[in-house]
Amino acid sequence: MTDREKILAAVAQNQPESSPLPNISFFKGDEAGIVEKYINVLTTIGGQVIQVSGYDDIAAWITEHYSADQRLITALPDLKTAAKLFEPVTTGHELADVDLAVIRGHFGVAENGAIWITEELMGHRSLPFIAQHVAVVFNKSDIVPTMHEAYLRIGETEYGFGTFISGPSKTADIEQSLVLGAHGARSMTVFLLG
Amino acid sequence: MTSEAKDHAQLADIFNKDEARVDWHDETLWWVRAKRDKAVHQLPEWEELREAASQIKHNVLSNLNSYLIQFEAQAQANGITVHWAADGAEHNRIVHELIKAEGVTRMVKSKSMLTEECHLNEYLADNGIEVIDSDLGERIVQLAKEPPSHIVLPCIHKKKEEIGDLFHEHLGTPANLSDPQILTEAARVHLRDTFLTRKVALTGVNFAIAETGEFVVCTNEGNADMGAHLANVHIASMGIEKLIPQRKHLGIFLRLLTRSATGQPITTYSSHFKKPRPGQQMHLVLVDNGRTVQLGREDFRNSLKCIRCGACMNTCPVYRRSGGHSYHTAVAGPIGSILAPNLDMKKYADLPFASTLCGSCTNVCPVKINIHEQLYKWRQVIVQEGHAPALKKVSMQAMTWTLGSPSVYRAAGKMGRWVMKYAPFAINNGFNPWYKQRDMPEPPKESFGEWYRKNR
Repeated sequence: MTDREKILAAVAQNQPESSPLPNISFFKGDEAGIVEKYINVLTTIGGQVIQVSGYDDIAAWITEHYSADQRLITALPDLKTAAKLFEPVTTGHELADVDLAVIRGHFGVAENGAIWITEELMGHRSLPFIAQHVAVVFNKSDIVPTMHEAYLRIGETEYGFGTFISGPSKTADIEQSLVLGAHGARSMTVFLLG
Repeated sequence: MTSEAKDHAQLADIFNKDEARVDWHDETLWWVRAKRDKAVHQLPEWEELREAASQIKHNVLSNLNSYLIQFEAQAQANGITVHWAADGAEHNRIVHELIKAEGVTRMVKSKSMLTEECHLNEYLADNGIEVIDSDLGERIVQLAKEPPSHIVLPCIHKKKEEIGDLFHEHLGTPANLSDPQILTEAARVHLRDTFLTRKVALTGVNFAIAETGEFVVCTNEGNADMGAHLANVHIASMGIEKLIPQRKHLGIFLRLLTRSATGQPITTYSSHFKKPRPGQQMHLVLVDNGRTVQLGREDFRNSLKCIRCGACMNTCPVYRRSGGHSYHTAVAGPIGSILAPNLDMKKYADLPFASTLCGSCTNVCPVKINIHEQLYKWRQVIVQEGHAPALKKVSMQAMTWTLGSPSVYRAAGKMGRWVMKYAPFAINNGFNPWYKQRDMPEPPKESFGEWYRKNR
């Protein structure tokens, strides 16, 4: 008997009588003041939100805050004047010295500041994590109230890797003192378009 | 005497020698509990979320066989290699084989309490494989050659000065550092080098979705992602009870998990791994290690609903004052005390007694596990199976004899009052465990029975 057969047989023998899944469709968040809520929550957890009217504003911000000798990468063609357009890499190691990565996000979640980002928006899976700083662009109209609406929106879409990112990487492992910039990005800037 | 041979009370005695540290530990964890309350009170639907989570997990446990088969098929279709391990030894062997197949002797690992339960690091070290734990708290306890003392806050028992000393000794930082910012930066530099040079990375699994064959890993530090996305081989280890039916159920669990754990609305990263990167291998090890036995114990199967948030530890008056190491098991605190006896009833016979049965753990549990009731039930099982400590057994028998006979009960009461009045030294001494950290009360002049006969 293989371990697989052993485990499945033991489970079949010991699992209780089947009980139904609960209805969770009534869980809904509040749409009112959703943009302000998103900005408040993300700011509280260490992120920065900048409202912009177009890509030119973002390009100007990047040029103002980063210097030409830094490695700035973007997966957005609209920003290629301010940062180098992402070119495919063999491994994430080639991105180890990226100072700023600017990528697109699908949508934000007001209750926790998270942004849903899938692999095809990242260039390489490692980019949002390995870059010293990360900036994410998405439409102001693409904010949902809670995680329930977030998963409704994700639905059955196909991806190899996807992640919710909510603020800069952080830790409080040393005496519960919050420190931003653990292993991932030291800062997270969100550009709300529109 | 090794620490394995000491019971919870004896290990708690060691922790309690430093009273100032106990107070600090107690207050720090209570502060985390207070943060949890603040986050929870912002959601009017909190109780409905707990109920939904509990019911979803019940559905999972009652259909685990078909969900496991469905998950395996979906994961394989996604390009993930699925392994099955009946116990910790088999899990460790599988991981070792995968490392050997890649031709390396080093691995980076993010947080996985399952690998603590299986003693993976020790096993791999014995086989010449170096493992570096990448969660900051876990790296700190690893450098100190200690196990984590808390499932979410692994080095909650350590002072920043001690961490500064460890980093000075092992990472070459200047002596006497204690600023968390500077220490974290030192760890960032050290571990970044680790992430960039390891070809195999192991992560835990917070949730796995039967419907889609994907799994979700939650971290604040980004260490699981740094390891997995840079490695040629990603191994994910999960207990079979981590399955949930559908993707949309993550909405419930991700809302509950970090609010319960630390009072955050969500972890910084909630990463959904569905397919390996081009050229990467992704392996998933499904581990039983006693879980199917627990599934068959009607009184205790609800413990398998646990999502490892640690809320029951932060709120527990015994955990906060005895420290995680006093539980001598991978998962400490109230939940650990109902999981561990399933693995080895004799070795962990002391743990269900390390509780006041106050019920606070049950009240904060995000998946509504009746933790304190299970602690009480384990006590009965342990005594019936003959694993109760000898002193407890004798005193319980004496109590049964005394309470079983009115005349013996009256005589014992009289004798007790006489001793407390005329010979207090006979009970106010180190042989009486009740006298530790407590004064015995003033003896009453008469029993209630005697008073009632005079005054009715």
